[in-house]
Amino acid sequence: MSTVLYDTPGPRGILRNRILTFVFAAALLAGLYFAYLKFDEKGQFDPALWEPFLQGDVWVNLIIPGLLNTLSAAAVAALIAVPFGFVFGIARLSEHKWIRVPAGAVVEFFRAIPLLIMIFFAQYGGSAVLGLTVTSFTAVVFGLVLYNGSVLAEIVRAGIQSLPRGQTEAALAVGLRKGQVMRLILLPQAVTAMMPAIVSQLIVLLKDTALGFIVAFEDLLNAGARILPANFRNLIPAVIVVAIIYIIINVLVGLLANWLERRSRRSRKTTVKPVEAPQSVGVG
Amino acid sequence: MGALVEEFPVILGAFWLTIRLTLASAAAALVLGTVLAAMRVSPFGVLRGVATVYVNTLRNTPLTLVIVFCGLGLGLVLDVSFSESLSTNYLWLSIIGLSAYTAAFVCEAIRSGINTVPVGQAEAARALGLTFTQNLRFIVLPQAFRAIIAPLGSLLIALTKNTTVAAAIGVAEASLTMKSLFERHQDSVVAIFFGFALAFLVLTLPTGLFFGWLSRRLKVVR
Repeated sequence: MSTVLYDTPGPRGILRNRILTFVFAAALLAGLYFAYLKFDEKGQFDPALWEPFLQGDVWVNLIIPGLLNTLSAAAVAALIAVPFGFVFGIARLSEHKWIRVPAGAVVEFFRAIPLLIMIFFAQYGGSAVLGLTVTSFTAVVFGLVLYNGSVLAEIVRAGIQSLPRGQTEAALAVGLRKGQVMRLILLPQAVTAMMPAIVSQLIVLLKDTALGFIVAFEDLLNAGARILPANFRNLIPAVIVVAIIYIIINVLVGLLANWLERRSRRSRKTTVKPVEAPQSVGVG
Repeated sequence: MGALVEEFPVILGAFWLTIRLTLASAAAALVLGTVLAAMRVSPFGVLRGVATVYVNTLRNTPLTLVIVFCGLGLGLVLDVSFSESLSTNYLWLSIIGLSAYTAAFVCEAIRSGINTVPVGQAEAARALGLTFTQNLRFIVLPQAFRAIIAPLGSLLIALTKNTTVAAAIGVAEASLTMKSLFERHQDSVVAIFFGFALAFLVLTLPTGLFFGWLSRRLKVVR
């Protein structure tokens, strides 16, 4: 196979690649063995550290409640962030300056500052300014909604703007009102195009719930990095198991995003290609 | 406002730490990410496999978990130590976590940059008799480099914001300092929050504008 970097290798090239593959594999195994020795030196392969994960009640009492908290925070935040994104995304496209400019300012502000300082602000601001007790759950959801909602607003704006102008013009020409154009013509087509990007952003949102760990929200990471090590003194195994759970969930949601993207490429409901997901680095 | 003026030296120190964290992690992530990208586009299956597993693992793990693993796992359990001083040690461990995480994204940015170069470019170069290194130096990398400026810029901005997660292992950068100021000045929480938010805007907005300008200026016209 010829790529931009390599031509299809000939007999000598194939031989050289095989030898180098062997060398790299050997170096890699040596590296892994070194890591194994380091972990073993500190007794990290002691069965006592891993055995808790074979007990049903460790899962039922410690891990699954954390997982459920993570999932419920993500679900609540997503349910609020998606409408938030639609409202602000559409508001940024408004013809009225007094709607467009404030909406743009809100979106740009919350996209530019770290999620964690919003969570801290919700925690302390809620009690200091409003006199309310803000639970860590509320603080996490507050931050997630503002940050991810603002990113979603940009996705929505990009999705609607990616539609050809002719769509709006034709709709106005047949006598639809502005609201009807948005509701009946633009949004149905744009939603298909931006669905994959929205789902990718929801993966970021799910990952970001882990920030709750810092404000003592009892999420999955809290189960892995505080509760399990406190009971079994097995921090490294617990964090690895929890990481695997996060990875499995994210890969599953990622597969959903890929499937939606393939479907939307085939779709005849829309005239545009799927919107590119923003650089979803994930701040959590 | 009084609290902001009164604590100005503290705030300045915290942001200086944030900037140092960002720059150190960015440099390390750039190096590691480039190595990973080279592995991912190499003709050796083993290296491709390792880099792919690394990237997919780190991208799907929350950064907080990565940093907690580095701080508590490497630091406390495995006794990885860079310095006698505990706070300096946690600073280095958080830099490891931040750069290990960001490197996965840098790798993907570079790889997609290389993929933007059409195969015809390389085929034309080979037809002219350019060797592999010449092809890389004169044809592929200059074009790929221009295509990754904008993504790397957004990664730098994301990294600046992500350094706040180092608070998880007690590194007193901007967000943790903001939290302790909240505790000390309960009456001016709102002012402190907007002060810190403004400072983050000052850090991130010029970076964004600069990289946007640079990528437009160096854009490859096709």
